[in-house]
Amino acid sequence: MTDINAAGFPVLSLVTFLPIVGVIILMTLRGDEAAIAGNARWTALWTSLITFLISLVLWTRFDLRQPGYQFAESVSWLPEFGIGYRMGVDGISVLFVLLSTALTPICILASWDSVKIRVREYMAAFLILETMMVGMFSATDFLLFYMFFEGVLIPMYLIIGIWGGPRRVYASIKFFLYTFAGSVLMLLALLAMWRQAGTTDITVLMHTPFSYHMQYWLFLAFLASFAVKVPMWPVHTWLPDAHVEAPTAGSVILAGVLLKMGAYGFLRFSVPMLPEAAQHFAPLMFTLGVVAVIYTSLVALAQEDMKKLIAYSSVAHMGVVVIGIFTFNVQGIDGALFQMISHGVVSAALFLCVGVIYDRMHTREIARYGGLGDRMPLYAFAFLLFTMASIGLPGTAGFVGEFLVLVGAFQVNIWLALLGSFGMILGAAYMLFLYRRIIFGKITKPDLKSILDLSPREIAIFAPLAILTLWLGIYPASFTGFFDASVGAMVQSHQQAMNAAHHASQFAGVAR
Amino acid sequence: MNWSLALPELVLSISGLAILLIGVAQKRDSTLICTMLTLAAFAITAVLVIGAPSAVGYDGLFTSDAFAKFAKLLILGGSALCAILSLDYNQRQNISRFEFPVLILFSTVGMMVMASASNLMTLYMGLELQSLAIYVLAAFAREDVRSSEAGLKYFVLSALASGLLLYGISLTYGFSGSMDFSHIAQAVTDPAGVSTGLVVGIAFIITGLAFKLSAVPFHMWTPDVYEGAPTSVTAFMSTAPKVAPFVVLLRVMFGPFGHIAIEWQPIIVLIAIASMLLGSFAAIAQTNIKRLMAYSSIGHMGYALIGLAAGTQSGVRGVLLYLLTYVVMSAGSFACIVAMRRRGLAVEKISDLGGLAKNDLPLAALMAIFMFSMAGIPPMAGFFGKLLIFRAAIDAGMWKLAIIGVLTSVVGCFYYLRIIKVMFFDPAEDMFDARSASLSFVAMSTGIFTLIFVVFPAPFLGAAAQAAKALFE
Repeated sequence: MTDINAAGFPVLSLVTFLPIVGVIILMTLRGDEAAIAGNARWTALWTSLITFLISLVLWTRFDLRQPGYQFAESVSWLPEFGIGYRMGVDGISVLFVLLSTALTPICILASWDSVKIRVREYMAAFLILETMMVGMFSATDFLLFYMFFEGVLIPMYLIIGIWGGPRRVYASIKFFLYTFAGSVLMLLALLAMWRQAGTTDITVLMHTPFSYHMQYWLFLAFLASFAVKVPMWPVHTWLPDAHVEAPTAGSVILAGVLLKMGAYGFLRFSVPMLPEAAQHFAPLMFTLGVVAVIYTSLVALAQEDMKKLIAYSSVAHMGVVVIGIFTFNVQGIDGALFQMISHGVVSAALFLCVGVIYDRMHTREIARYGGLGDRMPLYAFAFLLFTMASIGLPGTAGFVGEFLVLVGAFQVNIWLALLGSFGMILGAAYMLFLYRRIIFGKITKPDLKSILDLSPREIAIFAPLAILTLWLGIYPASFTGFFDASVGAMVQSHQQAMNAAHHASQFAGVAR
Repeated sequence: MNWSLALPELVLSISGLAILLIGVAQKRDSTLICTMLTLAAFAITAVLVIGAPSAVGYDGLFTSDAFAKFAKLLILGGSALCAILSLDYNQRQNISRFEFPVLILFSTVGMMVMASASNLMTLYMGLELQSLAIYVLAAFAREDVRSSEAGLKYFVLSALASGLLLYGISLTYGFSGSMDFSHIAQAVTDPAGVSTGLVVGIAFIITGLAFKLSAVPFHMWTPDVYEGAPTSVTAFMSTAPKVAPFVVLLRVMFGPFGHIAIEWQPIIVLIAIASMLLGSFAAIAQTNIKRLMAYSSIGHMGYALIGLAAGTQSGVRGVLLYLLTYVVMSAGSFACIVAMRRRGLAVEKISDLGGLAKNDLPLAALMAIFMFSMAGIPPMAGFFGKLLIFRAAIDAGMWKLAIIGVLTSVVGCFYYLRIIKVMFFDPAEDMFDARSASLSFVAMSTGIFTLIFVVFPAPFLGAAAQAAKALFE
């Protein structure tokens, strides 16, 4: 069944479907409501922790020098259609699998006390979500990828809609329909590529030549789907709504993993499979990226709601990622990947920071806070660390990614790099402004006088994220090492494709 | 003469007569016995269908092939599920009579004859047998004005459609000189030489069948009849009796009129687009779940018609798989709708589902599975039907049809999501009455099928492919 599997057992399938086993255990729980809730929390936590531990095999056994898929699995599924159950990770996807498995236990821990109703269903939804996320990042069959990609919508829709805030219904339906509308166009692209190649194996599709005309339309169809997921301006409007209404853990997973699906799609499909169209549309992508960086940063400055502010900052950070991807050079794409990982950690942590004080005060309005530094020194420290990482201070996670992307952008166009770097300045402005209004000053609001600092559970949530943030910033090589080989191969094959297209057009010119 | 060719139909008809006699002879209410006997008859017939030889018989009137077998098994399965569904509902509605399963049985015989028809006359006989039984079923709650109205409405409009179909058949007969599919096919091999009269005849045949399928613009009866008829009958109408006319449509269009696809394809494309658009947009405003299901079925027929419009073998395979998943989802969702009862009364407003997840999570979860599946969200079974249909459309170069299809499916997704929203996000209404084991059985079995179809799609796709291949031989 497996041929080049370094681990000796189907580790990816195990990591993908182990959470489903947890769901089945959850379904069998019996007893009164409080007992079920307590058992459900522990079951979900243990399931996700074991999943995480197994997924660490990927970290230790991954061959850094090899650019192709590793831990590959292949099972016959619909052979006459050329569709198979194919799993595998390369340098681009391996860290996202780990990010998903690492954030899920944190999310479950973060919802320990804040989710009080229908705990069992909540935990089940999170475990199903984990299956879908991990499956999506490890699928090497396009149809399988599409099924996981769409499948994510079901648990997330329920998480926002059932456990969300006052406008949860609007937000959840908007979230679902926006992303679904984009995805169905990708489905058509999938069908067209499937028809051309006779298979949905991603490794085959990468070497299937598509005519320029076809690439043009395929790229637009992919763009419709991935732009919504990233989200890129102007189809980002679902994100602030979804973030504001989602429960804390929902926001964490949304910002930490789900936002990466769009950019991952660009890297997995648009760039390697449609090189000419990607090159053709790069200026458009740069424009949209720059608009996202500057416009949403300005919007973030004006927000009164903490979650909304961080949501808009996510759109800006993902704009940087998009710019990095379409530079088509090693620095740019390395930077984009690094930015995705660091944003996954940092924005998740920031949403958790919001969750901490929301659990205590039940408001996210910035004006309702102030002077928390007095009463909550530990919280102030954690929040400061993640704020600095979000700004991109050297030594924290945020710096490396943005710096690499700007280096890559500089090689393409000075103006692109210049405009892109505006995002860093504005980012510093809105994040520091947020921090000042919440933490600094004297406590004037009477109800804040008795607010408590981080509990041991909350410290346990923040500690791994803080360590990761510093690790990513201080020694990025232990992460970039994972994707160097794959990104190098991708950039090289892009160059070859462009050269070939160039020669072809010259030849056509001579012939004419 | 090879009598054994129609052995399944003969056995089923004779069992029907026998069950009728048993029912009359019993002094007490014999619905349960008759339903069980009907289910047994269905099971025996299914075994006979599987073992039936592949041949043409009765002077070319009747064909038994892999295509017919696939359709018949699907029809039998759908009818059986609905017979189980009706048990509990009819009893609680006080319309429990032993004729009910017998009528379903005779309707099923009609459908099976349709699936095997290779002559326009056989087709018409089968269709009328199916319809006659359904007229009675629609008006089965005879003390209920709405039910009587539904029965009458269905009868009048359906009779009109039968008339149109018959007129189309006579025109076809007049211009091609035969009612036999193979003879017609020989007469109309040349697309250039097709007379206008024949095209008009084809148009009338399509009209008559599209009426039974409730495809736009012949859908007007559907919401009213679905709403008025007893829910057990609505469940039946939305499953097997949708399969049979579709199968016949496939057989007629690819059999006798296969060579002149260019003449009828535009009609089918138009009907498909109109059905998808109306099915998705008109459903948004509905407050009654049965009416919503009516528009939903209109939309589903629109998607399935894409596969016919594609005019290829892979299109037929897509249609067959689509019908399979549709029957399962439809029977399952109607099982959930039948379970909607409060204090002994059936309720059918969408808002009555409010907060169902708090009161009865298994039922809400099953309904959610069916709704996600109908919306075509992977990994549910409904996704695979849509996948194959759209693949066939793209293979045939029908990009516009595919794009309209996927975009209307987004609109359709909205109203399916709304049902899930009502069940999961809204505050809880009062509890539903305890549901019977028969309902739970239907809902659970179809729900599990819908959910885990993704694990083993190959045998179903293989059977559909084989059936489609048989149609083109």
